Amino acid sequence: MPGGGPLLAVHQLCLERGGRELFQQLSFDILPGQLVQIEGANGAGKTSLLRILSGLSRYGFSGRVERHTPLLYLGHQPAVKSLLTPRENLAWHVAGEAHFSNAQIEQALASVGLYGYEDVPSNTLSAGQHRRVNLARLYLSQCPLWLLDEPFTAIDKSGVAELEKLMLRHVDGGGAVVLTSHQLLHAGDRVQMLKLDEGLMA
Amino acid sequence: MSTAEHAAPGTPAYCLGLLRRQLTLAARRPVDIGNPLLFFAMVVALFPLGLGPAPDKLASFAPGILWIIALLSSLLTSDTVFRSDFEDGSLEQLLLAPQPLYMSVLSYIVAHWLITGCLLALISPLFAVMLKLPGAAIGTLMASLLIGTAVLSLVGGIGAALTVGLQRGGMLISLLILPFYMPVLIFGTAAVQNAVIGVPAGPYLAILGAMLCLAIALAPLAIAAGLRISVDA
Repeated sequence: MPGGGPLLAVHQLCLERGGRELFQQLSFDILPGQLVQIEGANGAGKTSLLRILSGLSRYGFSGRVERHTPLLYLGHQPAVKSLLTPRENLAWHVAGEAHFSNAQIEQALASVGLYGYEDVPSNTLSAGQHRRVNLARLYLSQCPLWLLDEPFTAIDKSGVAELEKLMLRHVDGGGAVVLTSHQLLHAGDRVQMLKLDEGLMA
Repeated sequence: MSTAEHAAPGTPAYCLGLLRRQLTLAARRPVDIGNPLLFFAMVVALFPLGLGPAPDKLASFAPGILWIIALLSSLLTSDTVFRSDFEDGSLEQLLLAPQPLYMSVLSYIVAHWLITGCLLALISPLFAVMLKLPGAAIGTLMASLLIGTAVLSLVGGIGAALTVGLQRGGMLISLLILPFYMPVLIFGTAAVQNAVIGVPAGPYLAILGAMLCLAIALAPLAIAAGLRISVDA
């Protein structure tokens, strides 16, 4: 992570979809310690913006995104293979980033409430549990920047509170989080809103 | 953020893990492995009924028949290479992984080839006997199928990558990649036919090998670009 510099810098980003302008001239920096929530109605372009920031979308927009650090992107789909167990799924997902021991995998799964479910087939788990398998990556990730698309979907209240705590720990440790959610976060005073038509609020 | 520092795994370890995962998934859904083999067996069984059981006639058509069925079996499964990963979001994670996408897609293709073309090649002597292919040509048949189906998997991967975001991409894949299958079919069949009449098949196998080298060098680049376009669309 660059010392004190932005983890991500966005310059003059413009996006049109189907003849409709979703955002224009959007410029902002994501700094260490920031927890940013992208605000907007359904179809406003929140997911599109996150996909551009992550590098998944490379075409169809103008402007420039500078990524100064490795990032973790969790999208709409939980990326869980139903024929693998939660342990196998998580081990695979973090395999690209680093090597983690079995105990660390188990601990991460326990942290998202999946203790005892480590070795059951994922096709016997609920949608919320699938989401939790994916969110367990956050407990292992060493990426300073997290981009989370609707991370609270299908998660119960206690899970949401735990996830918020984890995000705060991450930003307090020098990381940054950019997320989309229609839910108001409990740590409201720590959250900076990013409005697609106005940019990052102070 | 985790406080422990871990070394990121190298590309070979990552790709081996990816290959192992794909093979584990296939092993847990045996129908994916069995379908192309069953298709192969069923169509081979139909030819003696259609052409008549005369051994001479079957033997003369056997190289072409076996190669066409192998080609269609490969075509049948190429649609599925990236489909489930696209639907469950795994493909996005693959594209964002720090390891080179070229090597990652090569792992997918190797897994696809192992559970389709390689298996077909290994059991092809059984079907060759059913079609009265002379014993001397069976080795060449296996070698040509081992090399040729690897090319088919690589070329099929390009079509799969380009159509993975489409609801019904199966027919489009056929239209896209069938022309590129033709040279493999021609040289694969010619190799076996040469072996049947006692002429050295080496030159044809060498051409198939050259095609494989070219496909290994270029197809993963095209597949990676196709996947990026499909995920971006």
